Amino acid sequence: MSKPTSIHSMKDLPSTHLLGAGTAMCAGCGGLEALHQIYDLLGTKTVFINAAGCMTLLAVYPFTPFRGGFLYTSMASAPAGAQGVRDALDILLAKGRLPREEDMTAVVLAGDGSSYGMGLSATSAAIERGLDFLYICYDNEGYANTGQQTSGATPHAARTATEAAGPGHSGWKKDLFAIWAAHRPAYVATVIGADPLDLARKIETAARLKGPRLILALSPCPTGWDFDPSLTVEIGRLAVKTGLWPLKEFVDGEVVHTRVPRPRTPVEEYLKLQGRFRHLFEPKRDDRLIGEIQSAVERYWESVR
Amino acid sequence: MTRRLLTGNAAAAWGARLADVDYVPAFPITPQTEIIETLAAWYASGEVPGRMVTLESEHSMITAAAAAAATGVRVFTATSSQGLLYGMEMIYTVAGWRVPFVLVNVSRALASPITLEPDHTDVLAARDSGFLQIHCATCQEVLDSVLLAYRLAEDRRVRLPAIVNLDGFYLSFTREPVDVPDAEAARKFLGPFDPDAIEFRASRPISQGVAVLGGSPYSYFRYESHLAALNALPVYEEAARAFEATFGRHHPAVEAHRCDDADIVFFMIGSFATKARDAVDRLRERGDRVGLVRPRLLRPWPEALLRQLLSGKRAVIVIDQNLSMGKGGVLYAELASSLYGSKQAPMLLSFIGGLGGRDLPPEEFYEMVAVANAALEKGAAPAPRLLYTRDELREMHKLQAVATAERRETGMGK
Repeated sequence: MSKPTSIHSMKDLPSTHLLGAGTAMCAGCGGLEALHQIYDLLGTKTVFINAAGCMTLLAVYPFTPFRGGFLYTSMASAPAGAQGVRDALDILLAKGRLPREEDMTAVVLAGDGSSYGMGLSATSAAIERGLDFLYICYDNEGYANTGQQTSGATPHAARTATEAAGPGHSGWKKDLFAIWAAHRPAYVATVIGADPLDLARKIETAARLKGPRLILALSPCPTGWDFDPSLTVEIGRLAVKTGLWPLKEFVDGEVVHTRVPRPRTPVEEYLKLQGRFRHLFEPKRDDRLIGEIQSAVERYWESVR
Repeated sequence: MTRRLLTGNAAAAWGARLADVDYVPAFPITPQTEIIETLAAWYASGEVPGRMVTLESEHSMITAAAAAAATGVRVFTATSSQGLLYGMEMIYTVAGWRVPFVLVNVSRALASPITLEPDHTDVLAARDSGFLQIHCATCQEVLDSVLLAYRLAEDRRVRLPAIVNLDGFYLSFTREPVDVPDAEAARKFLGPFDPDAIEFRASRPISQGVAVLGGSPYSYFRYESHLAALNALPVYEEAARAFEATFGRHHPAVEAHRCDDADIVFFMIGSFATKARDAVDRLRERGDRVGLVRPRLLRPWPEALLRQLLSGKRAVIVIDQNLSMGKGGVLYAELASSLYGSKQAPMLLSFIGGLGGRDLPPEEFYEMVAVANAALEKGAAPAPRLLYTRDELREMHKLQAVATAERRETGMGK
């Protein structure tokens, strides 16, 4: 039940990029891939309120790729920064000290380290206050900026800098989508840069709504996940085709899957391209761990049928 | 102007009201809570315009405060103790944004052990942050200092946030008669908020709080903040003069009480300084040439003024209501650094007292003067002293005996 959209094909997507080039992001950064597309759609009447992470290095004095506003805050309090910006703009509008056309949208820009962990308290409170803001989480499944240590978003069996040996991460990726949805916000959606159409429709929907809105972008990370930067798009597509990264949205109290992979590609096609999962295949194939990941995918899709 | 009986907390709220603040991000904590409750009641009743939002932590509260100031509105906020420390990452961070706003800290001693009553270790943890600091001794000063703090923080030569400090309980919950200025006069004194081009507007792209690479640009911006804080010294003098011209009350950067001909001078901040003032008056009655120096401005540190006031004195008794573990009193160290090398430097004596609301009774002030006189006769300052009486120790031993007995009886003490 996707909302009516003006975006039907790639031809409807913006053809010029707003975000400046030449930033310090790694080659093949899946987060930057998503951010480019998102920024083109949101436009420059946006204040990005940033939490500590990779994207903090987008704006390094005296350069900034943002053509609107940008404010770095801290790792834990970007949603509170958005609260301050939004409230101040509302106050200025109400008091007639700001012409309507000067208004801007508050957009949190945070990685998974902040979004799944340290910033969750500030996020939960911002949703509960009904803050009118958009939250973009670029989820590269680890503390990537410091060298890919395990975060709350790290998937099962992935090796990280802090779980570098043996079977990799013993836990399971936290369900941030569900945590957000449990707060009954205006909108929650998962996206991926490798599916620009799906992403664009969701940004269009999110931009139309008011209140707390999350765009959760899985962000393939060549340096952290250990794959060649040329594979970012391919790995993104496989994340969706294998069913590991369900593309979905929560709107009007309902979860809708915007892409249902049929038939699903086996998860190993996705896993084997990434160094962080190499121990599942070399020196010896680990059918138990691959099976655990595959079963989790099966269980998920079974549960949402 | 009207005269009202106000607690220190209510005086702080009146200060914010008269500063016509647009926005108050808040979070409750004892003994500060009355400030935000007072403002909340005014906003709810529509008595004055303003918007309050309760955040989920002081860390978020300070972020929201500075983010709003960075968007171009006048912001007020308040906290205490653990709350100030919980928000400390942002205290240091937002000072560098160079956006002015005022935070009232109602001093309360820090854990551990957790307690409610005041000392100054909390606010001194913010000493090196870039926030300016004004320390109050009376409820009148609290109200007036909030207005002065906005004037100071928003000045284009300064552009730094400011903390106005008052002691929990002793000032926060003590009612004193306070002259409340007229709203119109206060408005004229402060003028409208001046964002000085730091604001988010659709037509004006700006990236704020961005990273730097390397020590050179980092040092540049840090030096800039330091120099701006130093600018606040002359700007404060101007502001205090303008305040006096408008409201008829003078609040110097450093209060000096009966200092001109004093041989021995007490040196302390906050509401307990009124006890020192009282002790000075009593000691004067019996002919002792004593005085009191009380800095209101702690950041920037009024070094020249302090040198001028204290040079040539025989001894200065520094009373620190704070404790830097493994070093001692913070004010003592700061003052020593300001007087070091001066041929006219007085002897400095260090006393730690008033921690966690522990009283400083008149006899202790008299005793400190006796210790100073003895030291002067001997020609050597004594080691820093941690104030504690024999009676207190006896009471403490009783508590320990109860604790031991309880452990024994509950079988926990094996």
